[in-house]
Amino acid sequence: MAEKNLESKFETHLKDVTFKVLRYSGEGDSTKFEEYKVPVIGGMTVLEGLIYIKENLDNTLSWRASCRMGICGSCGMFINNFPMLACQTQIMDLNSDVIEIKPMPNYPIIKDLVPDLTKLIEKHKSIKPYILRNDNAPEEIEGEFYQGVEELERYEQFTFCIKCGICLAACPTVATAEEFTGPQALAQAYRYSVDTRDQGFDERKEVVDNPLGVFRCHFAGSCSEACPKGVDPALAIQLLKKAIVKDSLFGKKLVHDTKILPIKQENPKKKDNIPPAPPKSVE
Amino acid sequence: MVKNLLGIKGWIAAGRFSLQRYAYTLQRITGLGIITYLLMHLYVTGFKIKGKAAWNGIMETVHHPILHFFEFLLFVGVIFHALNGFRLILAEFGIGIGKPGRQVYPYTTSVDRQKGFFFFLMFLVLIIVLVGAADFYLLPK
Repeated sequence: MAEKNLESKFETHLKDVTFKVLRYSGEGDSTKFEEYKVPVIGGMTVLEGLIYIKENLDNTLSWRASCRMGICGSCGMFINNFPMLACQTQIMDLNSDVIEIKPMPNYPIIKDLVPDLTKLIEKHKSIKPYILRNDNAPEEIEGEFYQGVEELERYEQFTFCIKCGICLAACPTVATAEEFTGPQALAQAYRYSVDTRDQGFDERKEVVDNPLGVFRCHFAGSCSEACPKGVDPALAIQLLKKAIVKDSLFGKKLVHDTKILPIKQENPKKKDNIPPAPPKSVE
Repeated sequence: MVKNLLGIKGWIAAGRFSLQRYAYTLQRITGLGIITYLLMHLYVTGFKIKGKAAWNGIMETVHHPILHFFEFLLFVGVIFHALNGFRLILAEFGIGIGKPGRQVYPYTTSVDRQKGFFFFLMFLVLIIVLVGAADFYLLPK
């Protein structure tokens, strides 16, 4: 039954596309391309093409994917010479009869299309990606941190990072300097430092203000071009450079005057026109 | 595991990226060229302390047509490096790359916002190089 459904699904397919996938067994140094013919239906993504291959043509093919809707950031791949999320890339949009898929460059390959993202996560951790406080908030502060819309917009777009690692695959500096902190971590360093609730600019500056840190970026802009979530890491990095230069040359620190709103203790007044809850029907 | 670092290939043929990425590569290459010229220039001018004969000898070598062409390449490199470097300095001070804001698809990035200025500067480089080429090769000395 299931087979019949599958057949009827692909009966009306638009065209056959050749998937040229880079294979690596996980041992040794040798990699090779393998070709698969995939029938494409309207709206089919590259990830769905890979699923078709695994289900029907070659079940040894490996890749990493989870949410299949651009949220988890697992399926970053080098598709037709550009790092993209396989789940967000429609085959018909590529306008090509041959789709070349390689694992993301600048990361070691574990197997086939699975990159090792350990370095990305380590770099991300190194910039302390959380709110840092000099005081013992929230234990000592009674109230809540106030943040206006303008203050939120200073960092909001950088919070959309899904850690897919595409920016590091795109970055020409990472290509020759593996230890460069990289666009993902640097953008997050700015994202937290510019947050009005944060007081950790000095701590993060220690991590990023070095020859392999923020000043290794020379604004090729490829990270921003490739980012599937519109995070624009290049913009964050330039703004971080500006903040560090201002601090180093003029002593103007990126320090925020966090506004604290007291928590209202009294109970809100109940409106008169709300009817009482119905009696319990189940004990 | 295979390392899969792009290396120098990442500077030259990394994929379908815009021209600004290749301006990054050219900026580095022209920078290296200018540094190399500086060393050569110090070496050549160093001949002055060895007397007039040595100086005249090196001057004759330097006036070779191939070296004259390299001088022209240096001129092109300096113009590109200076104008593109000006763009990069402005970007590093946050000028012309926009402000962070709420992103709505299709996303615009700092690279897009700077594209016009980038192409304007490259046009300027072209004009200056053409004028320079005329001065180097066409106008009577």
